[in-house]
Amino acid sequence: MTAASTPAQAGKTEAPLLSVRNLQKVFPTRGGEVRAVSDVSFEVGRGSIVGIVGESGSGKTTVGRCILRLVEPSGGEAVFDGVDLFGLSEKALRGYRRRLQIIFQDPYSSLNPRMRVGEIIGEAIDTHRLARGKAREARIAELLGRVGLNPDHARRYPHEFSGGQRQRIGIARALAVEPELIIADEPVSALDVSVQAQVLNLIQELQRELGLTMVFISHDLSVVEYLCDDIVVLYLGRIMEKGPAQEVYANPRHPYTKVLLSAAPVPDPGAKRERVILKGDIPSPLNPPSGCVFRTRCPHVIEACASAIPPIEEVGPGHSVACIRQKELAGAAG
Amino acid sequence: MAAPASPAGRPRLASLILQRKTLVIGLIVLTVIALLAILAPLIAPYSPSRLSVVNRLKAPSERWFFGTDEFGRDVFSRTIYAGQLSLLVGAAATALAAVLGITLGLMAGFFRRFDGVIARIIDAMMAFPDILLAISLVAALGPSLATVIVALGIVYAPRLARIVRASTLIIRELPYVEAARALGVPTWRIMTRHVLRNLVSPILVQASFIFAYAMLAEASLSFLGVGVSPEIPTWGTMIAGGRQYIGQADWMMLFPGAAIVLTVLSLQLVGDGLRDLLDPRLRKDL
Repeated sequence: MTAASTPAQAGKTEAPLLSVRNLQKVFPTRGGEVRAVSDVSFEVGRGSIVGIVGESGSGKTTVGRCILRLVEPSGGEAVFDGVDLFGLSEKALRGYRRRLQIIFQDPYSSLNPRMRVGEIIGEAIDTHRLARGKAREARIAELLGRVGLNPDHARRYPHEFSGGQRQRIGIARALAVEPELIIADEPVSALDVSVQAQVLNLIQELQRELGLTMVFISHDLSVVEYLCDDIVVLYLGRIMEKGPAQEVYANPRHPYTKVLLSAAPVPDPGAKRERVILKGDIPSPLNPPSGCVFRTRCPHVIEACASAIPPIEEVGPGHSVACIRQKELAGAAG
Repeated sequence: MAAPASPAGRPRLASLILQRKTLVIGLIVLTVIALLAILAPLIAPYSPSRLSVVNRLKAPSERWFFGTDEFGRDVFSRTIYAGQLSLLVGAAATALAAVLGITLGLMAGFFRRFDGVIARIIDAMMAFPDILLAISLVAALGPSLATVIVALGIVYAPRLARIVRASTLIIRELPYVEAARALGVPTWRIMTRHVLRNLVSPILVQASFIFAYAMLAEASLSFLGVGVSPEIPTWGTMIAGGRQYIGQADWMMLFPGAAIVLTVLSLQLVGDGLRDLLDPRLRKDL
């Protein structure tokens, strides 16, 4: 392990902490194969936050689960600090478990109802033998304080807390092992709007203080814009567009990204903009459209879209798009 | 889980138990029954096998609290002696069924490769009438106390296995199990800490049923002549023997029957009470 990580550390400043390459995930079902994720590649630089956005069924949660090997990927690689996580044995992976953590969407089912908060956080500490006895108790208290809870809460059970508080417990559990990378899988979408902002601020604060690297999965574009450095737009398991968040928001190049952005509310009643309404639903991943998967709903579809899967092309520094018409559309939109 | 001496003034286990009337009543009744059975040699006014031809089928009185049977044996003495075996069979068979059932259920629910085989075996065993299965097991192994316990433990294991398997299938997909996996918690610890701990309630409820069923099944086995040898009284054999005399001496069935009913009832009260006590959501400990 040390031998493998030495060369990576030499180029620490430049190499991304996590590099996902050609990730594939196929779920075999009775009706055939479901291609949940196809050919997804992106990089996450140290200390940055990458947002993965897409509607339900776009495969964004599966991407997160695959990186952590909670779901076994069908292909591709995820290079974390120079080591391909997908190539590790279950045993070797255990050491990496400490360095990658996850925050779940549902604050109710993600905490064992029979365990006290102290046990839940303590389990993380015990599993990696990080502290014992008094030091362990102190660490639990410190973590609870860090996420804005009272150290006394360690003796309580999860059902005694509100959704927002429970999410804080989930965050404390993830932080307990001092991870380098956290995958946040829609961490606020199950919460009340009034609580969402508090938890988001907490996540942002922690990310800055601890220098965390994050993959932030969400369907909420405004949240992603607020939080993320880079953004990856998924549709039906494929990347439509990716790039620096500011650039993608200011200058979306893929028709799907444009539609998504036009659907996001703008806090200005006077703002005028073109609203593009999508027709139909996301197609079944059992039987995805040929060529570009978005063509069945794309307002700019032409015949050529059906013939081949559009390659991902770079259109700016770090900004790439998978659309064969992106050039002419960019010209037309001005 | 160990009742912590809590500095914050949280109630201890004892006071948590005392808050629950049904649990307390169940525990008291069960303790009294168990003590009567264990201390039978000290309490019983007569030997359970002492015959007295002149005193056949006497009604309950000051001399014979529960009357006498067709051989003039004291029903009270026999009832408390019988408790020893009946409770032993019930408890041991339940314990065995629990160990087998929980192990099989967890394995089937957790490891897909075992699931097909174990689930089919469970189904096949459940499709068989309990008593028939027990009889064939006892017949194959030779009748004795140990065989009866083993046979009943095997017969009732699928009931628990099925519940444990079904719940495990649900629980292992829940995010808190995923969280544990993401932390690298070893599989066996996920199975005990996260899965089994959330199955305590259904297991307790089912176990209290199995205890009762096992006592009754022991009676049926003894009645059919494949159980414990007839000179040792059990509640089941006493009821079976009293059946013929129900018209003349209903006390012969009434008292061992009442003993079974009381035991089962108090077991259920204890099972329910423990279930509530162990579920933090139902625990009112503020």
